[in-house]
Amino acid sequence: MSKSDPAAALPEEDESRVKTRSAAGVTRFPYVSATVLALVLLVAILAPFLAPHDPEVGRLSNKLIPPLWQEGGTTEFPLGTDTLGRDIFTRILYGTRISLMVAVLATGLAGVLGTIVGLIAGFYRGWTETILMRLTDITLAFPLMLMAIVLVSVLGASLTNVLLVIVFLLWPYYARQIRGEALAVSELDFVDLARVAGVSNRRILWRHILPNVMPSIGVLATLQVALIILLEASLSFLGVGIPPPTPAWGLMVADGRDLLGRAWWVSIIPGIAIFAVVLAANLFGDWVRDRFDPKLRQI
Amino acid sequence: MLLEVTDLRVQFHTRRGVVKAVDGVSFSVERGETLGLVGESGSGKSVSCLALMRLVEAPAGRIVGGSVLLDGEELLDYSEREMRQVRGGQISLILQDPLSSLNPAYTIGNQVAEAIRIHQGMRGRELTDSVVEILTAVGIPQAEHRLKQYPHQMSGGMRQRVAGAIALSCRPSLLIADEPTTSLDATVQAQYLRLLSELQEKFRFGMIFVTHDLGIVARLCDRVAVMYAGRIVETGSTRQIFNEPAHPYAKALLATLPSLDSRKKRLLTVTGQPPIPINLPPGCSFAPRCPEVMDVCGETFPSKSSLGDRHGVLCWLHSPSHGSPPKVASQASHS
Repeated sequence: MSKSDPAAALPEEDESRVKTRSAAGVTRFPYVSATVLALVLLVAILAPFLAPHDPEVGRLSNKLIPPLWQEGGTTEFPLGTDTLGRDIFTRILYGTRISLMVAVLATGLAGVLGTIVGLIAGFYRGWTETILMRLTDITLAFPLMLMAIVLVSVLGASLTNVLLVIVFLLWPYYARQIRGEALAVSELDFVDLARVAGVSNRRILWRHILPNVMPSIGVLATLQVALIILLEASLSFLGVGIPPPTPAWGLMVADGRDLLGRAWWVSIIPGIAIFAVVLAANLFGDWVRDRFDPKLRQI
Repeated sequence: MLLEVTDLRVQFHTRRGVVKAVDGVSFSVERGETLGLVGESGSGKSVSCLALMRLVEAPAGRIVGGSVLLDGEELLDYSEREMRQVRGGQISLILQDPLSSLNPAYTIGNQVAEAIRIHQGMRGRELTDSVVEILTAVGIPQAEHRLKQYPHQMSGGMRQRVAGAIALSCRPSLLIADEPTTSLDATVQAQYLRLLSELQEKFRFGMIFVTHDLGIVARLCDRVAVMYAGRIVETGSTRQIFNEPAHPYAKALLATLPSLDSRKKRLLTVTGQPPIPINLPPGCSFAPRCPEVMDVCGETFPSKSSLGDRHGVLCWLHSPSHGSPPKVASQASHS
């Protein structure tokens, strides 16, 4: 049968395609932001070994020592100390753990919840879809920050509650996007053919539709990491986030709010940390979107 | 008889009214035989095929009557669970677009294996062997090396062969091919049709070939059913239909075929638009476009007239009671 089939020659086009794309400057790998993020991850893991002091207990006699490069700074406290004499460098290091933990857990949980809702709504349609999507719309209608403040205030400020509130407010973004994609994928012939082959609905949903919406989930998740870090920092800053004395960056910024004139480093340095990580996460997220978003993918 | 469809009726409930997409269709297919289902877009070809697998989408679409016997078993009485065994096991489907027929997220080996695993419960080495075997059977060279390839790495013709492999992987007794060659280019199309005939000889399955390409019908099909507005207006052997078409619509379709020897400058078309089967007036639905229309055509739908061995037509021209329609409209529902 078909001895000299033209398609027998295996097409190997993948490499050349990648080359053209990076030549066009679309998908240059973001080395700087990737390095920053890798560093943050490393620091979060190694914080206890890197930190010179205790993050939560300080000595009042050491209070408000300026950073190393200013007059009165010492190498013992390279980034200075706060009003309670705690080492800011140590607290920044430990702060990466809070930020990353909240970001990863909240992204993961919101992603899982939103994806399940979106898949079910997009695949089963009918009443299920109507109910789930109205629920999504209602949640999306809440002003994000305001709702977060209200919820944490009611539930009480704790790491778990901050996490839950963020998940509760962010899952609809996944649900809405994934529903649309699931809808589009369910219309493709291979879904019908799977049904013709006797595959059950549940199996079609998990084995045939989920893998095809995965890239979108990944893209959305990377873009949300930055948003979540910022949200947690804002909540902590406002006093409805992580409770003291945990070294959360937002909390540290808030600590130094009244001292900006006398001791700028107490709030500015954690502010820079937030800024750097959020920027890096955003830039990295942009790259992930350009590279993997099926809607932007070029042939 | 492998498949016997009698008076199948499918309706879709839309905002504009009830669409009688399939309105009393009867046909039959024997093992090793190919039935060509021809007609314009929207004439009910594909819906008929989906209906006999019970895949008309609820709640809008509904099978409202008729009977579908596969090896003497009534499929319309089966539970959804039993139907799942029939689909893929006994009835398979090949669709038009080889790109969307395959899941881009899985290797082709994986996809061919899925149906075999579900229906025959094979695992491991045995499973891989039968995947390679069926891929080789549909003419994919070096099948064992291609198991790990993804659909986007293959050409359209190759993909359509993989789709064929999936459809045939469980040795179905009936294969429904819904315009499988429409999106392939002419040379690949010819190869694919030859392959289908070879496979049919090998596996002895009955085939329903949905198409609007009469050239393919002439080459491939044993019997032909011409559909118009949800009804089969003429059915017979390929020879009968091509040599002595009886229904004006079948004649018109054949006249549209370009021929090499004719001096005609322009290609002929069937004039007018096919009707949308919502609230159809009584009488023959082809009447508004029919060159041989008579008074009776607008009043009552013609009953089936036999023109010889398994050659039937729904047209007043061939009715013995020509000009004097029976009091009761034909094709009355038995349901």
